[in-house]
Amino acid sequence: MRYAETGINLEIDLTRGNIERVQTDPRDTELYLGGLGTNAKILWDRVPPEVEPFSPENLLIFSAGLLCGTPATGCNRTIVSTISPQTRLMAFSMMGGFWAPELKYAGYDKIILRGKSPDLVYLWINNDKVEIRDASHLAGKGATETAEQIRQELNQPKAQVAAIGLAGENRVYFASIEQGRSSASRQGLGAVMGDKGVKAIVVRGTGDISVAKPLEYLELCNEVLEYIKFRNENPVPGVMAILQGLGSPQEMATHDEKWHTENFMWGNSRERRRDFWTDEIKRAWTQTMEGMRTRLISCYNCPMKCGATISPPGQPTYMMKCFSKLTYTMAAMSDLDFGLRIAQHATEYGVDGFSTPQVMAFAVELYENGILTADDMPGFPSDNEGRFYWLLDRIVRREGIGDVLANGTYWAAKAIGKGAEEYAHNNIKKHEQLPLKLSMLNPVYFLMYSTGEKINITQIEGQFPQSPYPKREHREAFVKEWFQVPDEKFKQYFLDWEPRGENSNPYYPTVQMSCDIVDWQEKMHYIDDALGMCSGLSSFPLKPPYHIHNYPKFISAGTGIDMDEDKLSQAAKRYRTLVRAINISRGMRRKDDKPPKDHWKKRFPELEKELLDTYYGFKGWNSDGIPTKESLDELGLDYVSQEFIKRGILTDSEDAPAEKISTEKEQA
Amino acid sequence: MVCSAFHAAPKYSSNNPARARIRVISKPLKDIYVPVYAGDYAPAECAGRDKYTIDGKEYDECAFCRASCPSREEFKEPDSGLPLKCDMCEGEDEPLCVKWCLADALVLEEREEEVDEEEEQEELETGLEALADKHGLEKILDIIARMSKKE
Repeated sequence: MRYAETGINLEIDLTRGNIERVQTDPRDTELYLGGLGTNAKILWDRVPPEVEPFSPENLLIFSAGLLCGTPATGCNRTIVSTISPQTRLMAFSMMGGFWAPELKYAGYDKIILRGKSPDLVYLWINNDKVEIRDASHLAGKGATETAEQIRQELNQPKAQVAAIGLAGENRVYFASIEQGRSSASRQGLGAVMGDKGVKAIVVRGTGDISVAKPLEYLELCNEVLEYIKFRNENPVPGVMAILQGLGSPQEMATHDEKWHTENFMWGNSRERRRDFWTDEIKRAWTQTMEGMRTRLISCYNCPMKCGATISPPGQPTYMMKCFSKLTYTMAAMSDLDFGLRIAQHATEYGVDGFSTPQVMAFAVELYENGILTADDMPGFPSDNEGRFYWLLDRIVRREGIGDVLANGTYWAAKAIGKGAEEYAHNNIKKHEQLPLKLSMLNPVYFLMYSTGEKINITQIEGQFPQSPYPKREHREAFVKEWFQVPDEKFKQYFLDWEPRGENSNPYYPTVQMSCDIVDWQEKMHYIDDALGMCSGLSSFPLKPPYHIHNYPKFISAGTGIDMDEDKLSQAAKRYRTLVRAINISRGMRRKDDKPPKDHWKKRFPELEKELLDTYYGFKGWNSDGIPTKESLDELGLDYVSQEFIKRGILTDSEDAPAEKISTEKEQA
Repeated sequence: MVCSAFHAAPKYSSNNPARARIRVISKPLKDIYVPVYAGDYAPAECAGRDKYTIDGKEYDECAFCRASCPSREEFKEPDSGLPLKCDMCEGEDEPLCVKWCLADALVLEEREEEVDEEEEQEELETGLEALADKHGLEKILDIIARMSKKE
């Protein structure tokens, strides 16, 4: 008997219309856990680097996390993985909501899509019954609209639907997969779904998920819930409001947007508006939010309320969370009313709330600088709001200039030429980033921006405060009840971190400390992404209820696998390295591990080099960022090292420790 | 929403919201959320198909009903179709759904059923009078005497 997981994957060949239930190997659960971990293993095994994102050979994997469907609070994430059309690297975006537990109750851990359907279809998974159904009547429909219509026509109000909108159908490189109150948005997963001819995946499950030791497991869940209660009553002092509590940043609940509007960049990630947040704007925006927000809402089995239903007068209701509240507003230099209204269109079209506004602001900037002209954009309105609607409509239909912009700023700039590349300035690995431009280099964030392979800062940061507390007594108070640290040394790192002077950025935290801090933060995200845990209760906030000390207990009591902290850390390192290996085999190297050029004004090339060298060495990668044979073999990834040697990615001489090679290379 | 997931263990040995004795009947886009816990089994459908409008939101009459009933899927064992009934998590200090509803949408309130003794007395008298009219008082007394001996 398999505990916590079902042990069954659904393999669906869309070209042939073939559906199979495949039993999975329980040893893979021990080695790669589930979710992201086992997704990476499947992609490594079955999608070689020659396979293009829009090839029928590319896989699109929808995975429930290992502990989804158990009573573990907040464990409801779906991890969607494929090869991204935009970055050409492994994409793994996650969504909360209700879909992953439903899949588990239907009896499956993953749905693995391969091939391409000749016609637009949707998948209907009702426990044992799995059907590929015609979706031609849903072509062009919005994602929310599609979900509602399918529920009605199946007469299944409780079915959970993950759907794409027009953007996915038209293979827009930043198309999302929408699922009610959540979405897997980053890196263009919706485009791959559209390319495969799948409009939606509909799931209803009424089966059981058992855990190995129910009494112990429930006790752990009770502890987590008690701690959530405690944390809700005891916000962390000394940090901005949205970082004080648990959950994803409480953007739907908060009205005070001084910090975002005055510190994040407006337009095409260009302009900082330092005195933006006046009383008048605060009043107007509060009124807008309160006029449109009908309710704060939760995901499956979670007491937090990070999302909201938004009903803009005269428009259909949709669901939103987190920072997409402001991305459209700020990119268009507009107000909250505009932002919440256009987001409703964007949600139906199914596009990423981070990339999309930036692509549009990029187009506006090109137009204003004469790189795009009236000939390229006939009928382009003169007002910013009108321009954004105009662009959005064309991007999702790939009409005219929209066809070029639909590939994101990196590829669009290349196609447009005439110096457009300079305007695609806020990307990492071809992927649009949060609009932040700062002054002093932060060594921890430098490493996270450079090496995070989710290519999204929010998916690697967390746990460790973003900046030092001004006074030592406050730092002492902070570390007092900080049991989540994997090692006591982290407390000292924080205690000694000063806003100014010797122990401040960029030389403090020191290179070694930065490596430790980044590794801890990244590890927690990778564990969450395998277990299906929401990072809002784990890797993202300060002092979360889930941490490296109770996770092994959850896995042991849940799955029956004998787990401890070392074994868990090793497993996370194993599939984290495997993600890197997939990307390395696709050509990613050290040259790609860098933040946007203008992210910080004050840069320190020597320090940055030392940071990368040391971090690579720490991770078991050589000076070019390639995992060494030794480190691969130690993780049981011999099959990767063999492939690397076969492909000439690794040679014997490149297997030396990172620092040594980098000096040799420099001498040569 | 924790209630329906957190409810069903450990005495039910596995986790499955389809077995939960509490449901939130929800239509998020219409802002409808009605938590209902399983009540008595109803062997037949009732005639109630009314719609109620509360705060501008339209609710089906069924949304408020606690019965396991042939007209709908709620509160039936997914395997056998047998009715489910909430036992208020017998053995626990309070129902687990209430305990972990941190939003305080669920509260436990014990209501004492007030039994009017006089009314009961009256009912009994009316019943006995009717019996005495039909069978004669003697006969009834004989039977009561025999019954009390048996006990």
